[in-house]
Amino acid sequence: METVLFLTSVEPDGTLAKPALETLNAALSLAAGLDNAPLIVGLVGDAAQSAANTIATCGAATFLAVTGGDFTSSRYATDAAAAEALAKAAHATVIIAPATSRWSRVMAGVACRLGGRIDTHATAITVTSGVPLITRWYYRQRMVATQHRAQRPWVITLDPGCAEPWNGSAGIAQLESVTVNLPATAKRTTVVGLQSPAADAQTIRPDAKLLFVAGAGWTKKQADGQIHAEEAPKLILDFLKSSQASLGGTKSVVDLSGEGEAVLPFMTHLNQVGQTGATPRHAKGLATCCHGEEPHVVGWRFVNERRVINTDPNCSWTRGKADVVYVADAFAVMRKLNERVAKK
Amino acid sequence: MSTGYHIVVCGSVVPDPLQTLEPIASPAGPALKNELMLPAILDPWASHSLYEAAHLAKQNPGSKVWLVSLGPKAKLQQMMMNIAQKVPFELVALDGLAGGFTEAFEVAFALSDAIQAIPGLDRSRLLVFGGWESASRGAGATLQIIGERLGISDQFQGVDQLTLNPDGTLQVLERIEGGKHQVSTCAGLPILIGWATGNLREPPNNPQIGMANMRTVMPALQRAKPVKIGAEGVTYASVTLPKQRRETKVVKSMSPDDIAKEIATWINQ
Ligand SMILES: Cc1cc2nc3c(=O)[nH]c(=O)nc-3n(C[C@H](O)[C@H](O)[C@H](O)COP(=O)(O)OP(=O)(O)OC[C@H]3O[C@@H](n4cnc5c(N)ncnc54)[C@H](O)[C@@H]3O)c2cc1C
Repeated sequence: METVLFLTSVEPDGTLAKPALETLNAALSLAAGLDNAPLIVGLVGDAAQSAANTIATCGAATFLAVTGGDFTSSRYATDAAAAEALAKAAHATVIIAPATSRWSRVMAGVACRLGGRIDTHATAITVTSGVPLITRWYYRQRMVATQHRAQRPWVITLDPGCAEPWNGSAGIAQLESVTVNLPATAKRTTVVGLQSPAADAQTIRPDAKLLFVAGAGWTKKQADGQIHAEEAPKLILDFLKSSQASLGGTKSVVDLSGEGEAVLPFMTHLNQVGQTGATPRHAKGLATCCHGEEPHVVGWRFVNERRVINTDPNCSWTRGKADVVYVADAFAVMRKLNERVAKK
Repeated sequence: MSTGYHIVVCGSVVPDPLQTLEPIASPAGPALKNELMLPAILDPWASHSLYEAAHLAKQNPGSKVWLVSLGPKAKLQQMMMNIAQKVPFELVALDGLAGGFTEAFEVAFALSDAIQAIPGLDRSRLLVFGGWESASRGAGATLQIIGERLGISDQFQGVDQLTLNPDGTLQVLERIEGGKHQVSTCAGLPILIGWATGNLREPPNNPQIGMANMRTVMPALQRAKPVKIGAEGVTYASVTLPKQRRETKVVKSMSPDDIAKEIATWINQ
């Protein structure tokens, strides 16, 4: 009989974030599919009672928590110790955590401590004939596999946006505290804070419906033989402001910004979409001045509806990679689109 | 007293991303069609970590960089043609399977054994580097397991910046959600860092560096210890290419205003 541990952290405001609630839902269906295996909740954070209460009615057999000031921040040594202690206390055979930056940093190390194995970035967890199966992508989203494994404990991290968040009523959870004796070496690292781009450069919006990709064409000589270094950033930023889209870039455009050719100074490596960049999840994507080469387009795997504006009728997007390619000058279209979106 | 850092970079071969990849079933499990024929490069994020290592070593005299790489010998040799001219390092080669469908634990155990066998490696000066995720398995698991095996519990992933202070403390910037970085300080070495892109450009080829590297690269390749790498315990029920190929509608000679109108409607649907 399997025992499923749902492991996550409590946000600084005492809540559970959306990826945690999505993972809880996936863990609950997995446990149900495994002959109603017991599901145990394991929480890590400064305090956990109020977070546990928000999911008190989820059907978990037990609520465990490692709490205290040492466990507030996202730090390898303390998160690994907490996760290890919770997994042992739960006697878990399958451990499911959200693939957030916090848990992605640490869960493979935890699997090692537990003598188990890990599969990260699962995009689905199902059960077939009593066997848990995960779906995950290989070669940067180029091919997809379903797989299972014999070893236990089996740690699985689930990518954000792959399940519906759990949604049920709150209650009072019976929280059991798990003690962790931290060695002094666990506190050699101190999380000092977060560094965000300036407000006007805050262009990455994971929850946006629309991804707007700007390619290197924005920085190149146009039909009039000129680089439009003033208009390009203005058109893009105006659109982002009124549409609240998230900004993605190609490697070419991002590298140009890094080299001080600052036509689009707000473009950083964090905006890069593709093989060596991000694979964001947005319902729709609009690519402009971007050729659509494979190392870029693999980053669009989870963007469902795709439209493109490119002057080149043979750009790579036309080869079955986009739904609509408008053969047009993106400067001209964005001027008009900004007028429309601003009017709304 | 010895000075400088001991920087061990873990990184291996992946198929050139411009190639078309297709999965096939082989007796040993899933593999890539024509895998041996596909041109190989050093895994992109691992190469950023190698450039960062070389940069750090250059700025701190007495430092040394090792590149620990597990892959089929012929592929490693091919990869060396590309990178040996870029930055100085000493190669530690292991001859075994490299690819998406191998198990991170098996790879990490082989790599950590190889790291522990490096003569004269000084933990108090040690930085273990690599890419935070590979372009093959993309699991972000191997380095963490290596860190555990080496007893390094100051680990950072998705790192874009590392600053080593004169007093021995360090500052690290790690990528987190929403285009932000988490800033941490650490009391000292050893540490393990899974690099994202960092801030350095690809160094130009330098034939002199190439010549110097080749003196150790060729013997290291000849010595490469064979290791058995598979995916024990894993059953792949299916590996497929995504089916969806879109019927792309190419719209020519529509006015910018009409295109804008159509896009605005689509965005708001
Ligand atoms: C190891 C490796 C990893 C890589 N990883 C990535 C990655 O993660 N992400 C990524 O994006 N790339 C990646 N690449 C690079 C990729 O192969 C392409 O080189 C890159 O995506 C091209 O960027 P681009 O389309 O912006 O530029 P270009 O290829 O220069 O295309 C510019 C486009 O703009 C169009 N254009 C110009 N002016 C206008 C206008 N006024 N209106 C409309 N269209 C216009 C042109 O027709 C052209 O199609 C990688 C490559 C390698 C080798």
